[in-house]
Amino acid sequence: MAVTSADIARVFRAEHGRAVSVLIRALGDIDAAEDAVQDAFTVAVERWPREGMPPSPAGWIITTARRRAIDRLRRESTREVRQAESAVLHAVHLTDGPDEEGPVKDERLRLVFTCCHPALSREAQVALTLRLLGGLTTPEIAHAFLVPEATMAQRIVRAKSKIRTAGIPYRVPRDEDLPARVTSVLRVLYLVFTEGHTATAGDDLGRPDLAAEAIRLGRVLVELMPDEPEAAGLLALMLLTEARRPARTDSSGELVPLADQDRSLWDATMIAEGHALVRRCLRRDAPGPYQLQAAISAVHTDTADAAGTDWSQVVALYDHLLRLAPTDVVRLNRAVAVAELDGPQAALGLLDGLDLTAYAPFHVVRAELLGRLGRSGESAAAWERAAQLSDNAPQARHLRRRAAATAAEHK
Amino acid sequence: MKTYLISLFSPDGPPPEDLDLTRVMADLEVVNADIRAAGGWVFAGGLADQGSATTIRTSGGVTDAVLTDGPFVEAKEHLGGLSIVRSNDYDVVLGWAERIAKATGLPVEVRPFQGENEPGQAPTGH
Repeated sequence: MAVTSADIARVFRAEHGRAVSVLIRALGDIDAAEDAVQDAFTVAVERWPREGMPPSPAGWIITTARRRAIDRLRRESTREVRQAESAVLHAVHLTDGPDEEGPVKDERLRLVFTCCHPALSREAQVALTLRLLGGLTTPEIAHAFLVPEATMAQRIVRAKSKIRTAGIPYRVPRDEDLPARVTSVLRVLYLVFTEGHTATAGDDLGRPDLAAEAIRLGRVLVELMPDEPEAAGLLALMLLTEARRPARTDSSGELVPLADQDRSLWDATMIAEGHALVRRCLRRDAPGPYQLQAAISAVHTDTADAAGTDWSQVVALYDHLLRLAPTDVVRLNRAVAVAELDGPQAALGLLDGLDLTAYAPFHVVRAELLGRLGRSGESAAAWERAAQLSDNAPQARHLRRRAAATAAEHK
Repeated sequence: MKTYLISLFSPDGPPPEDLDLTRVMADLEVVNADIRAAGGWVFAGGLADQGSATTIRTSGGVTDAVLTDGPFVEAKEHLGGLSIVRSNDYDVVLGWAERIAKATGLPVEVRPFQGENEPGQAPTGH
């Protein structure tokens, strides 16, 4: 079967992280590793269509990249060779030190922790993770986050330079640092996902590519950290959220609330996988914030219609989540479930004192509750406020329509 | 092996009245002892108040020096002390810096020196 450029592009995305992580370890330098892997793919583009795909594309890429890196070192001036050699020695020194701990099953694990090191800004962590682990190009990342390519390129260059200059290590953190560092990795991935799910700005509700990318990397993390239930929890949460995408907008691109969604449009495969992950987490009984949010999503996706939702179960899960993550956003979401269980008046009382007046969903919840209490004037104002706070065009349109409809009711 | 500067930033004005300086110094000494034990110690010290600073400028090196009574930057916080350490493990350095920040209650900055080897003059007693 002929190998097409689409096949090679797919291998590039799938294997970039693995190849770069091995080469960084060998060369001790991110840029050199990226160049070598890029060279190897250039050779692949030339040879694979002629000779067919090798049995292990990743292995082929890594071997070719290694050879290319050695060739490159030989070609370059002695001074640079000396520097490169010292970099390799330095890398060996850093990565094989006595404080290397924990089993490393995959070089990509080191890469993830380096990309998400807390000494890097959150934006840099996201960009590096997508670029090095995800194999996305700088223009792709720039496009996904709606920033100019030059800005994104500069962000990546700066981050790589900090890794080199400050000596951010290329390894899995020590046990005592691990929980905090895993949290940082998961947060980066969730950030990529939420941006893909509901873009903070722009004309599209979300960017499906980015959400799909986050799910793909979520699978990688679960594979790399099989003993980390929160990684499985995050993957489940992303799957159960993404499964509902086809029903989230109607044919004209307008937002459809959860209660009104056509559940037959949900992706049954993703829901099944998400539910299986949640069950596995429950058996492990080490709940964390992502697992609990996934469990809540599992309850929501467990019934054929919204009316069948087990709201007491949802409230109980939010109570648990609130103990682990006592934030106003969790309190807000819990209030939504309380409204279904104890009525809108009880829920409205729970919104008092929440410091979320700049958060569009807070006003959406208030608008819904006030509407159900027949206070349509206040409800319309809350819809309007929510619309003002949303920079996402389809979302804002939906909110304005609700505002207008509620105001008309009031007259 | 890399060398890092750990800077401590102090707010202007006299130290708060409830500050237990003896306690802070004792806590710092525990961290410093660990840095020494790990072979990372180069130098550490606290600076006198910034009213004692003198700034010297030469307009790009061309004019004669002009001396100004006072610090280079007038700000609410200034460099109050510094620690220079060496390590081949950035996470270990960040760990020391975190402990210094906890002991002093002050914000702390970690910054690498240029190059891999000993910057400038080799520290004495090394």
